[in-house]
Amino acid sequence: MSAPLTMFEPLTMFEPLTMFEKIWRRHTVTEDDDGQALLAIDRHLVHEGSARGFEILARRGLKVRRPDRTVGMADHIVPTAPGRTALTGFQRAALELFQRNLDGAGVRAFGLGDDRQGIVHVVGPEQGITLPGMTVVCGDSHASTHGALGAYGLGIGASEVAHVLATQTLWQRRPRTMRITVTGDLGPGVTAKDLILAVIGRIGADGATGHVIEYAGPAIRALSMEGRLTVCNMSIEAGARAGLIAPDETTLRYVRGRPFAPAGADWDRAAQDWLGLATDPGARFDQEIRMDATAVAPMVTWGTSPQDVVGVDGRVPDPGQADETRREAMRQALDYLGLVPGTPIEGIPVDRVFIGSCTNGRLEDLRAAAEVVRGRSVAPGVTAVVVPGSTPVRHAAQREGLDEVFRAAGFEWREAGCSMCVGLNGDIAAPGERVASTSNRNFVGRQGPGARTHLMSPAMAAAAAVTGCLTDVRRLIEGRTG
Amino acid sequence: MDPFRTLTAIAAPLPMPNVDTDQIIPARFLRAGRDGGFGRACLHDVRFGPDGEPRADLPLNHPAVQGAQILVSGPNFGCGSSREEAVYALWDFGIRAVIAPGFGDIFYGNALKNGMVPVVLPEPEVAELTARLQAAPGSRLTVDLDARTVSDEDGVARPFAITEFARRRLLEGLDELDHTLSLLPEIDALEQQMRRQWPWNAGLPSPTPSSD
Ligand code: SF4
Repeated sequence: MSAPLTMFEPLTMFEPLTMFEKIWRRHTVTEDDDGQALLAIDRHLVHEGSARGFEILARRGLKVRRPDRTVGMADHIVPTAPGRTALTGFQRAALELFQRNLDGAGVRAFGLGDDRQGIVHVVGPEQGITLPGMTVVCGDSHASTHGALGAYGLGIGASEVAHVLATQTLWQRRPRTMRITVTGDLGPGVTAKDLILAVIGRIGADGATGHVIEYAGPAIRALSMEGRLTVCNMSIEAGARAGLIAPDETTLRYVRGRPFAPAGADWDRAAQDWLGLATDPGARFDQEIRMDATAVAPMVTWGTSPQDVVGVDGRVPDPGQADETRREAMRQALDYLGLVPGTPIEGIPVDRVFIGSCTNGRLEDLRAAAEVVRGRSVAPGVTAVVVPGSTPVRHAAQREGLDEVFRAAGFEWREAGCSMCVGLNGDIAAPGERVASTSNRNFVGRQGPGARTHLMSPAMAAAAAVTGCLTDVRRLIEGRTG
Repeated sequence: MDPFRTLTAIAAPLPMPNVDTDQIIPARFLRAGRDGGFGRACLHDVRFGPDGEPRADLPLNHPAVQGAQILVSGPNFGCGSSREEAVYALWDFGIRAVIAPGFGDIFYGNALKNGMVPVVLPEPEVAELTARLQAAPGSRLTVDLDARTVSDEDGVARPFAITEFARRRLLEGLDELDHTLSLLPEIDALEQQMRRQWPWNAGLPSPTPSSD
């Protein structure tokens, strides 16, 4: 409901809309007064974990309604060892089921051996399968990633996967809207990952629950598409339903020429339409937050929620100084992480380094990490792996010789997949091991029972690998270009 | 789906914020079939120590709360991964309603779809209920979906908010999918209109059979 007009406000014919509302309206089949809407879904990305959705579908005797709007990608459980020679019985069975489900429904699948294979949220944008203005769903909560293109991306559970398979629609309660405007410039060695960790630290892991976040402002505009994908990816870690960034020239440059992107006359129409998705001046958000990018340092998590974050130049916080309601949870988190309050973050030794995931497994991420690694070696006793987010990313990196940089330093150079982000494929850390990870979740047990995860940017993870401890990457890039 | 009206049952406290779905069901337990039951996996690494022994100091492990059907936890319950197995695990463990100051959106939706009631109460009320359950393990609470209240054994009722859509679905055990299928003509009509306006959003060309 808009506020009553005053005589000073110009009367316009159109009610100013947020980008979210524009996308929502286009896709609404029906909406009740309560804000409960049935949304048409443009793209449904499925993976091996979607098997449970197919199971529900089969139990109901239903078919995939729109196989042409559904795409399957093998990512969550695939082995990442070079050559992928050894599949476990579980992996073989899961991949066979994946292929059977998709073939049976006539759905396109990028399985093992397909040179487009990779993590759903990397491959969707990379292939032009997900486009600005679309509704995109996936049985993986990081579907918020696609918001970087200006698509409304929603993570869904198995019942919803079945619902979308059967109807190509989804019931959604209209979210509230939040705009996060970021001004200023990110400093050298400070990346999109640091920015989004700082945002989550500021608003909390449930700070955006029930909301869709639109990221705006000069610091967001200045980000590459890769950086925007990282930011939107982690919206869910602030509790948001989705993240969005208005399409602009950066978006168009990224999308143009992708295999499934529109071309010819369609391209011109599409590009014009996409630029028109931006929030209208004067549109209202339920919440507005402002941040200054200049103040953001390279960030590291110290606890078991992505909100437990501090600048690398900071110290492990003291629960004794914290708000009473948070004290016990902080104590438990520090206990799990094996950290003593007051310890400087820099210098905390790590056992493993994981560079990859749908958050930071794209080419720009690997370049940033390689830049730090070049001419250095992985510290003794540290196991370091790079798992590209997709096979095309892997190939592109190899063409640039990044694989050689990593291998020469003592990193393992793996095949594409989710790998240690979730450990479903068996890539996990041992109990008590400390991991510098570019993924998105530092939850208890996420990277294996007892594994201690510190989230950070690819450059920061690379710095940890070559020094053997959490290190301010700015120290290592001084005097280096890029 | 079985309808839910009202439930009086032992309530177990789990006084932690951000109980994510990785904790509710660690990834290594996701492989099981639905029929096998996920009850043992439910909150596995929270309930059991690395030695496999139940953590004695955990209120949830108190002998008096065995058989609990209501769980009372902290803010942002069920955040994280979209895995619906988190709801299956709680359900198979016996839980039919979760009371918390807030829920992860995806978990909230997954719960509703499986007939589990996510009850949002203000943080001070949850804290008070938790203290009560910790002081007298085995206490019962009543979740009344008709009245939209949570009552304790002294009969004090605390109102909670839930959308009419969600409430009706739980009360009547409504099947969402059947309802949507009845709307297929409307869905078709919108899709056709969208195809005219945004043809690039229509389906992908059908896959060419791969050569290998
Ligand atoms: S990399 Fe991690 S977060 Fe991303 S899709 Fe895979 S499991 Fe999900």
